[in-house]
Amino acid sequence: MYRKDSVAKEGDAGFPVESIRKRFPILHQEVNGRPLVYLDNAATSQKPLSVIQALNQYYSTDNANIHRGAHALAARATDQFERTRQMVKSFINSPSEEQVIFTKGTTEGINLVASSFGRKFIQEGDEIIISAMEHHSNIVPWQMLCEEKGAELKVIPITDEGELILETYEKLLTPKTKLVAIQHVSNALGTVHPISGIIEKAHEVGAKVLVDAAQSSSHFLVDVQALDCDFLAFSAHKLYGPTGLGILYGKRELLEVMPPYQGGGEMIKEVDFDGTTFNDIPFKFEAGTPNIADVIAFQKALEFIQELGKDRILAHENELLSYATDKLGSIKGFIPVGTASQKVSVLSFLINGMHPFDVGMMLDAMGIAVRTGHHCAQPLMKRFNIEGTVRASFAVYNTKQEIDTLYNSLSRIAKRKN
Amino acid sequence: MSDIQSVQEEIIEEFSILGDDKESTIFYIMELGDKLPPFPEEEKKEDNIIKGCQSKVWLITKTEGDKVVYLADSNTDITKGLISLLIRVLSHRKADEIVNADLYFISKIGMGSIIGSQRSNGLAAMIKQMKLYALAYQSKLNA
Repeated sequence: MYRKDSVAKEGDAGFPVESIRKRFPILHQEVNGRPLVYLDNAATSQKPLSVIQALNQYYSTDNANIHRGAHALAARATDQFERTRQMVKSFINSPSEEQVIFTKGTTEGINLVASSFGRKFIQEGDEIIISAMEHHSNIVPWQMLCEEKGAELKVIPITDEGELILETYEKLLTPKTKLVAIQHVSNALGTVHPISGIIEKAHEVGAKVLVDAAQSSSHFLVDVQALDCDFLAFSAHKLYGPTGLGILYGKRELLEVMPPYQGGGEMIKEVDFDGTTFNDIPFKFEAGTPNIADVIAFQKALEFIQELGKDRILAHENELLSYATDKLGSIKGFIPVGTASQKVSVLSFLINGMHPFDVGMMLDAMGIAVRTGHHCAQPLMKRFNIEGTVRASFAVYNTKQEIDTLYNSLSRIAKRKN
Repeated sequence: MSDIQSVQEEIIEEFSILGDDKESTIFYIMELGDKLPPFPEEEKKEDNIIKGCQSKVWLITKTEGDKVVYLADSNTDITKGLISLLIRVLSHRKADEIVNADLYFISKIGMGSIIGSQRSNGLAAMIKQMKLYALAYQSKLNA
């Protein structure tokens, strides 16, 4: 992660960004008559050709429903599907592949835990802790659960810089706390939270911890055993993989005693009208035909990341963030939102006197893709007393030249009111 | 004052000069918004907000003789520009003219592709509300 006082600014002079860009076909197009500058990576990353080809290959040669099939195609598809599970196991350092559950995305992973773990282990009077910076998908499932169970939702407040107030967090933790559901990195501001300490403190009172890793897994190594988290959820599409696919990791002792999330095929051992016995993990949580093609294609995204190395990717992204923070900061009327000491490559900002929608639309007219609005974090926006921000987020294929283009365009836009 | 059709033709002509350059078009729309007459601050209340718009849009009407006059504002400059176009075409006209107006200039200048589908829905909501006000006034006249 980027630290203001670190030497990360030096970056990696030999980082092969130009050859990396060649592997992303979508980047080579014009939008509104200008070369596309894609800076909306925190929403979704683009896909390398290898991922796109893997999808094509699967449907062209291997398509079959997985598990239990008695024919060659089914065997090939099943082998490939399960190979991804093994790769994800290594990617997050899960103790076993049975603890890797395929979902639709981070949101479904969180909902799975809220529904299954929540149904069994949350009782009236219990408390669940989240933070004021959470994405709606790590707020609403817990609100719904608390309402159903008569439990209480507690919120860790934040500073004006966009950092968690940990002293208050420690005070919120009590023997009533059953779960802490917290993001690793803020999608709206890019703040990296001190997640290890948060988990350790939660465990001291016997609470379990779910980590929303949607925004961290693409930037730096996430090791579930080192973190000692109880659950961790993330999405493939933010990791250069396909949309509609997520991963939920859970500790074995929890997953094994949790009830199924959905009923259907795959998740059963035996069905009788007198009753059903459920399959073992992970299949107990994977009812129905899964997203086979995307799971298989995700291998190529993981290979892409491994080939480059997460440390080098992070160093490149940090360099871009540092460069952008300094450069855009010199624009008259530029107001950064979220100035935490530890951030990933997300730059949220406002232009004095201008609505974020207007800024986003003008940037789009200039071929630059950013996100504007509340970033699915309305409580966070209310905390800052703003409707939303403009968010530029950088990935492995972005360049300093693109940030220069953003700077030049934003300078012209800001002049309207500054 | 020009009729509704003439004003629409003027707008089509202005936008045709801008051509396909989206940047110039967006900046032009925002400049139109800058020229919108001031909207009374006390009228920026919940009751005057048009539902269905992504941005906040406040709209009020008054009458001058037998003409309906619109005043509007928004929290975003682009939306203000869109409103200013609608006001230029529809304000200070008789209610039946407004109700029956065929606002063909919107598709003719390719507004859908300029502002995208979400804002197009908002634009449709604005037109609907403006026509509803005119219809209400017309009904009052005929009562």
